[in-house]
Amino acid sequence: MTDMLGQYEAVTPAGTVEFLRQLGRRLEGTRLLHVNSTRYGGGVAEMLHRLVPLFEELGIRTRWEIMTGSDLFYQATKSFHNALQGTSQRISKALLDAYVETNRDNIERLDLDADVAMIHDPQPAALIDARPPGARWLWRCHIDVSTPQSAVWQFLRPYVSRYDAAVFSLPKFARRLPVPQFIVYPSIDPLSDKNRELSIEQVDTILEKLGIPSDKPILLQVSRFDRFKDPVGVVEAYRLVKQSHDCRLVLAGGTAADDPEGAVVLAEVQEAVGTDPDVHLLLLPPTANLEINALQRAATIVIQKSVREGFGLTVTEAMWKGKPVIGGDTGGITVQLMHGYTGYTVNSPAGTAFYIKRLLNEPERMEIIGRQAKEFARNRFLITRHLQDYLGIMIQLARRTA
Amino acid sequence: MTNAAASGQSTVAPDRAARPFQFVSCMELREVLGKRAMDEARLLELIEEVSTDSIYYHTHSCYLRHAYAQSLYPNDFATWVAIHAHDRVLGEKLGVLDPFAYRSPEELRQDIITIMDDHLNRNPARYRYTTGEPFDFVRSHVIEAPLNRHSWTLAEFRDAVQEVEVGALYNHLCEARMRKTPGFDDFSYWIAAKDGLQRPELAGQVERVVRLGLNLEGMRARIVGLCDEELRRKRS
Repeated sequence: MTDMLGQYEAVTPAGTVEFLRQLGRRLEGTRLLHVNSTRYGGGVAEMLHRLVPLFEELGIRTRWEIMTGSDLFYQATKSFHNALQGTSQRISKALLDAYVETNRDNIERLDLDADVAMIHDPQPAALIDARPPGARWLWRCHIDVSTPQSAVWQFLRPYVSRYDAAVFSLPKFARRLPVPQFIVYPSIDPLSDKNRELSIEQVDTILEKLGIPSDKPILLQVSRFDRFKDPVGVVEAYRLVKQSHDCRLVLAGGTAADDPEGAVVLAEVQEAVGTDPDVHLLLLPPTANLEINALQRAATIVIQKSVREGFGLTVTEAMWKGKPVIGGDTGGITVQLMHGYTGYTVNSPAGTAFYIKRLLNEPERMEIIGRQAKEFARNRFLITRHLQDYLGIMIQLARRTA
Repeated sequence: MTNAAASGQSTVAPDRAARPFQFVSCMELREVLGKRAMDEARLLELIEEVSTDSIYYHTHSCYLRHAYAQSLYPNDFATWVAIHAHDRVLGEKLGVLDPFAYRSPEELRQDIITIMDDHLNRNPARYRYTTGEPFDFVRSHVIEAPLNRHSWTLAEFRDAVQEVEVGALYNHLCEARMRKTPGFDDFSYWIAAKDGLQRPELAGQVERVVRLGLNLEGMRARIVGLCDEELRRKRS
């Protein structure tokens, strides 16, 4: 068997892999099932691709099932997703029926036999109807459901309440439920294309390909063109900095074909940028992992000026690369950026500009914050910690049953 | 007078313990309790009613969570009132509490309540101040796993302390002291024990390290340093 876990020894805190192996011993032979709605695209699928073989290596017999559904079902779950994150939606009875029927069809189609099942996000939540006797089922919610549209949450709640436990990414994302609610932060994989080490030559080559000169300090924000990420606010902050410091701004992201608002926001950003040759808008495909990696490594300062954020893993990615990050004072960003220690949190373009200037003026401060950020990320936001938390939940559930 | 006698160590302290020190690491699984405060008065009410597991989590777990980066204060209540409730005075009063000075989370809870109650009575305007960031009460489940590390001698012990995962330090220094054998950490207990290394002076020094207010990496460095000093003294 390949020693995948062993490869993490060089990048994780001392003793981490040894401890994982010891925890794994307590669960050896357990049959674990993950269910979600897509094998490719999105953070959940990306993480499962990396986690499943690690579970296997620990002796946990792990399967991953994907549910399938009609266009109507995906329309329903997209609306659920928006409504649960607080955007008002009109959801017809036909959509609710499509959700229930698709889950029922998948109960017939999928092999749900396992000792522990981890059901990811709202799409497959209704599969709970098919929990085999004695099995322990977890609902893993990756989105912020702290202020949901009530009707949608009330529709989902009876399903979620029947699980053995729910897992959220932050305490403030949790809801009132009659089952235990555990907290597991998301993570990044330090060995993936998006985060692995790159040589200076590799970074330079990729930057050249992207048309970004490295003659001036680079300010970078990597995110979708979405109002919650406030790209126009970033341009405003850059303009304030530019009055005194020569630098470049790179806004790298994409717009999804099914997201009409993305194109509108991109147009707004283009208008804000005008003809400034030092601002680069990059529309990257979701597969551009190496490009993102190179941009983050080339950046002088990374910005994630969100006004609303789930967890914000782009912040962790930059911290892992030893970069000082300035992030919006919201959601999971506040868990990652300890103000003045592992980065800065801000509430306005003016605040963003203030800390960019402070960092540009004090390279030694950039170096210290970057180093502390990397150690913090190493300790708290790597995939090994994620795996450890999931093992802990499985052990805790087994303890309760016993 | 020999060095050992001068330092108060037993002249017959064995090189090898009769019982090895077995390192056990642990992780903390966090469970949110669904209890949330938006102001100091509600925070006080909930501190009075939550389980001691939650008090323990908010006053001790920061040592594990912030092993590489101490937050403003070493307990969540102090940090939250100072940063989110903008009450630096109360933050300072709570922040100075030494969790290792208490023999149980319940004792610590009573002192926190007394401090907060007194502060709110003196500053009634605080009752009307609502924060933007909630305080969510959490409790933790500690899950242990023994490591393949047994130390029979001081040198082996020193090397293991240097290398083990930070969870093992938390388990033997924090968990042991507050929840398993109140008042004693596992390291100093074994170093002084009759079936351990029988070095009470060194044990006392290790015990004092826990009370210095360091993070776990800081405690690790100090304890390794004390072991090195003792090994040097023994060699000379």
